[in-house]
Amino acid sequence: MPPFLTQPFPEAWRIPLRGWTNDGVSWLVATYGDVFRGITDTVLLLLVRVERGLAALPWWLVVLLVAALVWHASGRRIWPAVSLSGLLVLVGTFGLWSEMMTTLAIMLIATLFTIIIGIPIGIAMARSDRLKTLLRPLLDGMQTMPSFVYLVPVVMFFGLGNVAAIIATFVYAVPPIIRLTDLGLRLVDAEVLEAAQAFGASERQTLTWVRLPLALPTIMAGVNQTIMMALAMVVLASMIGARGLGQEVLRGLQRGNVGLGLEAGLAIVFVAIVMDRITAGYSRRWDPTVKGR
Amino acid sequence: MTITSQEAAPNGAEAHIEVEDLSKVFGHDPQSIVPLLREGVSKDDILARTGHTVGLRDISLRVERGETFVVMGLSGSGKSTLVRCLNRLIEPTTGHVRLDGEDVLALGPRALRDMRRHKMGMVFQRFGLLPHRTVLANVTFGLRVQGVSLAERREKASAWIERVGLAGYEQALPRELSGGMQQRVGLARALCTDPEVLLMDEAFSALDPLIRREMQGELVRLQQELSKTIVFITHDLDEALRLGDRVAVLKDGFLVQVGTPVEIVTRPADDYVRAFVEDVDRSRVLRARDALKFATPHATERVEEARGRVDASAVGRVAAEATLGEALAAIADVGGPVAVVGKNDRVLGVLDGTTALRALTERPEVAKGDGRV
Ligand SMILES: Nc1ncnc2c1ncn2[C@@H]1O[C@H](COP(=O)(O)OP(=O)(O)OP(=O)(O)O)[C@@H](O)[C@H]1O
Ligand SMILES: [Mg+2]
Repeated sequence: MPPFLTQPFPEAWRIPLRGWTNDGVSWLVATYGDVFRGITDTVLLLLVRVERGLAALPWWLVVLLVAALVWHASGRRIWPAVSLSGLLVLVGTFGLWSEMMTTLAIMLIATLFTIIIGIPIGIAMARSDRLKTLLRPLLDGMQTMPSFVYLVPVVMFFGLGNVAAIIATFVYAVPPIIRLTDLGLRLVDAEVLEAAQAFGASERQTLTWVRLPLALPTIMAGVNQTIMMALAMVVLASMIGARGLGQEVLRGLQRGNVGLGLEAGLAIVFVAIVMDRITAGYSRRWDPTVKGR
Repeated sequence: MTITSQEAAPNGAEAHIEVEDLSKVFGHDPQSIVPLLREGVSKDDILARTGHTVGLRDISLRVERGETFVVMGLSGSGKSTLVRCLNRLIEPTTGHVRLDGEDVLALGPRALRDMRRHKMGMVFQRFGLLPHRTVLANVTFGLRVQGVSLAERREKASAWIERVGLAGYEQALPRELSGGMQQRVGLARALCTDPEVLLMDEAFSALDPLIRREMQGELVRLQQELSKTIVFITHDLDEALRLGDRVAVLKDGFLVQVGTPVEIVTRPADDYVRAFVEDVDRSRVLRARDALKFATPHATERVEEARGRVDASAVGRVAAEATLGEALAAIADVGGPVAVVGKNDRVLGVLDGTTALRALTERPEVAKGDGRV
């Protein structure tokens, strides 16, 4: 056997990716520090507003609002509305109400960002096969890359705390909404599109009057998945300083307080169930091909 | 822009849509196939050799203002491609399309949109309605695209909804309607912009036979009032003969014959067309006046003899536009030849039983050059 085949991996072939990355991150932080600080402050301001707003609502009003939303989303059914809002009351009995509101605020803002940024990207992707080929591996990467990997740079850019948590959650949770917006737009009935074209609709008219409304159920399914993924990030996000239910889980873990961990964990599950039923309900309701409303 | 009834008269023979040497090839480099088309390489060979699909080849035809022009052919013969080339939902590979003498293929994006908005309406096989919008919103779609005000849209749409027999369903969603009613919505949507041309791609093919006949009748009725120029696609011979002022037959992208229903039935251009028309009910397609042309010299003699009696009103009479079936019934009734009378009671000829039966049972010969009729 020739000697080079028995050698270990050649040292000379090393690509210093880690060096480049570290240098790049440092350079970004040094050069665009103001930009990152600006983003941090804006997001923080928004978060504080939403959090205060939620905190100012009396608990029973929140329960009633959620009940009304579930009732509407489920097609005016009473039982889901009662049982799901009951889950929220249960979280209150665990003494985790304000933590739940904090988590809710972080979630709402992260979801808002995924919608504002994800849907236009999805629209662009549906229009261009080339963009789709480019973005697909990136989206795959975002979903499969262990989140710990980008927690560190996120903290370097945005500091420890809720804002970093929102950004990390965004990175993790945005792919499904992009994908499903793209999918929904591509699945729109070709004959309906032809009809719009045959009547002389412009691209813009076709998008707003035909494509988006018909893709809406699929887009809502994307929002649903995005929220579920965001909730999966809650505990991890607490490791970079996010408050709320995730922090309680972490505390239970650190102090060996199994009961606290269970309560906080259940609370996260309950929030997830409620959010899932609401978004899935609207996804179904807005589907024009499903009979009955 | 409105068409006066005079301009719309079918015998005016004014070309509304002209198609010249139109070809369409699907694939990644259609232009490279054009020389093969010229050499006459077959559709199958082109597909096998180059992976390109021939949709249409060298189509030339004229659609006259106010006529219903039916395009017929088997599945894959290029019917949908042809009708979509007229409003450029499909871009032709070579050739010309002219609407009112204006070159459609030369239009820029904006002019093309304007043409689609104002001059052509289209009706689709599976209706192509917006499932999340009401009947009213669907019918007003074309006007909304044009930027017409809400009030005007409502007014025009309501009138058309009523005219196609859907009054009271304005707020219904498409899925709440039967297929026939949905296609009425499709028809009202196409008519609502008051286009000169109506393109209908297998508009009734998705409907039950009974509803289908009803819609055909409805279209005939509307067309009598409107005199639009209609290009109607179908793979159904009965439908073609019932609706068409003229019928074009497509095969593998070629235009094999254009003619009136009677010409298509009695003088098919080739075996493909003959296979189409073989089982047709001639008693319903042929008119009494057409049957006269089946007289033999011998019969003509006897007919001359009868003509004397016609003038004396001694025999039955039947209108020239009556169907052959009606003429046969009349012959049976009077027990002898009947006079075929045209406008102003002018006697066009005398039809006897033998001639009528020959018209009914003749197996059409494939037309070779100059033939009978
Ligand atoms: N977008 C396309 N890409 C490739 N080939 C196509 C495309 N559209 C049509 N064709 C081919 O062109 C030919 C004509 O198709 P077309 O749809 O015009 O036929 P048709 O007469 O309308 O048939 P049908 O009765 O099935 O609707 C067929 O061989 C078809 O496979
Ligand atoms: Mg077709």
